[in-house]
Amino acid sequence: MQVPRYWREIPKRYRLEAAQCKKCHNISFPEKFSCPECGSQDFKTIKLSGKGKISTHTIIRIAPEGFNDQVPYGMGIIEMDEGPRIMAQITDCDPEKLKTGDRMIYQFRRIREDGSTGVIMYAYKFVPDVGI
Amino acid sequence: MTGIVGYGTKIPRYRIKVEEIAKVWGADAPTYKRGLNLNEKSVPAPDEDCATLSVNAALNALKRAEIDPADIGAVYVGSESHPYAVKPTGTIVSEAIGACPYVHTADLEFACKAGTEGMFIALNLVKSGAVPYALAIGADTSQGAPGDALEYSAAAGAAAFIMGTDNLIAELKDTHCFMTDTPDFWRREYKHYPEHGGRFTGAPAYFKHVTGAVDAILGKTNMKPDDFKYVIFHQPNGKFPVLVAKKLGFTEQQYLPGLLSPTLGNTYSGSSPMGFAATLDIAMPGELILLISYGSGAGSDAFIFETTKRIEEVRDRAPKLKTQLDEHKIYIEYGTYAKFRKKILVPN
Ligand SMILES: [Zn+2]
Repeated sequence: MQVPRYWREIPKRYRLEAAQCKKCHNISFPEKFSCPECGSQDFKTIKLSGKGKISTHTIIRIAPEGFNDQVPYGMGIIEMDEGPRIMAQITDCDPEKLKTGDRMIYQFRRIREDGSTGVIMYAYKFVPDVGI
Repeated sequence: MTGIVGYGTKIPRYRIKVEEIAKVWGADAPTYKRGLNLNEKSVPAPDEDCATLSVNAALNALKRAEIDPADIGAVYVGSESHPYAVKPTGTIVSEAIGACPYVHTADLEFACKAGTEGMFIALNLVKSGAVPYALAIGADTSQGAPGDALEYSAAAGAAAFIMGTDNLIAELKDTHCFMTDTPDFWRREYKHYPEHGGRFTGAPAYFKHVTGAVDAILGKTNMKPDDFKYVIFHQPNGKFPVLVAKKLGFTEQQYLPGLLSPTLGNTYSGSSPMGFAATLDIAMPGELILLISYGSGAGSDAFIFETTKRIEEVRDRAPKLKTQLDEHKIYIEYGTYAKFRKKILVPN
C-alpha cells in the first residue's frame, strides 16, 4: 500500500471512525458518499465501540505476502454492536476454535511493513473478548 | 493537587517457560528459576510492538480516566524498543487514542527507566498548568541475545498513566531522582542485542541507584519504610527487587503485590510501572505507595503516591493486570518464540 493512502485512512484504521447519517442515524463504516438507507449526504463522525461478534469467518492457511509468519489465522466479518460489519483479521487465538457469534473486541495491531526499510502500517484487528 | 487520573496495562497473551529456553541452550533451568526467581516470561505476538502495546494500554487508561482524549496535551512514550529509529512512537499513540493534533509528544529512552521518565515529565507538566492532562507510557518488547542470561527475562508489556489535577485516583506526594554515569548495560547504534556488564549490573548499578533514590526520598520527606502500604521496585529478575526490599527494611506484604517478574519477566520500561499498576488494582483509598524505577546507564526515579477514594470506582472499568498476567495464557515452544521474535533467517 502507498504511504499517502495509508495515511488518509488512519482515522478509520486506528480509531474505527465511522459516519452516522444525521437524517436516519444509519452508521456507515467505512464512510460513504451518501447514506445507503436514505441517500442523505449529511453525516457526523462517530467512534465505534470496538465491540461486536463474528458474523462469518474463515481460516487463512496460504497468506498474502507479508502475512506468512502468522498462518494459520482467522479472517472474519465482525458485526459491530452499532451495526456496521467490518472485515478484519482475528488474532491472539486458535483460529480452529472460532465460531459464529463469538464476542470480539478491537485491538490496535501491526498490519504489515513495507520491507525492512519502509513504513510500518498499523490498524484494527479483533481478538476474542475474554476480558484481558 | 497533581496525580494520576487513570491507568491501564497491556500484556501479550503468549508465554515461554524458562525450561523451554534452557533446554535449547543446554542450560540449567533450576539455576534461573531458583537463582533469579524467574519461571516464565511474556512474548509479543508477531503483530505486537512497542506502539501497539502502548496504544492498547493507553486505551485502558482512558477507560478509567473518563476524559476526552482531545484534552490530553502531552504524550510521552518511554521504551528501548521503539518501532522506528526515526519517527516517534508518540505520534502513532496520540493518533490512535484521539489526542491529535493539539498535543506535545516525545519518545524517551533510558534503558528500563524510560517509563518513569515519562511519568516524571507528565506529572510536572500538569502541575505547572501547561497542559490539562498528560499521558506517560512505559512499553517494551525487549530482546536478549539468544543464549544470553537476558534471554530468560527480556519480556513485553506496557503500562500507561494519565496525569491530571482533579478527579485523581492517586495523588503525587513527592519525587526524587538518583543518577550517575554507570556503564552497566548498553546497546550501540545498529546493533540488535544489548551488551551488559555481567555481575557489574548488581552492586554498583541496580543496588546503588535504587538504594540511593529510596534513601533520598525518605530523607527528603522524613518518612520510613513502614509508613508505606506498598512498595514497587524495578524488576530485572525476581531476585534483585526482593534483595533490595529486604535490605531497605520493606516486608513481603509491601512488595509482593507489585512483584510481577517471576511470571512476567522484565518488561524494561514497563517493569516498575506495571508493578505499580498491579498495586493500584488492589490498593484501598488513603494508602501510601512508593515506586522506584531503575534504568541502566544509570539512574532511579522515586515517587510517593497516596490513593484516593476514586480508585475503587474506576478500577473495574478496564482489565486488571493480574487478569492479563494469569488468565488466557498461550504457551509456546522455543521454535515459535524464535519465529515470533524474528530470530530465524528467512529469505525475502
Ligand atoms: Zn440516512
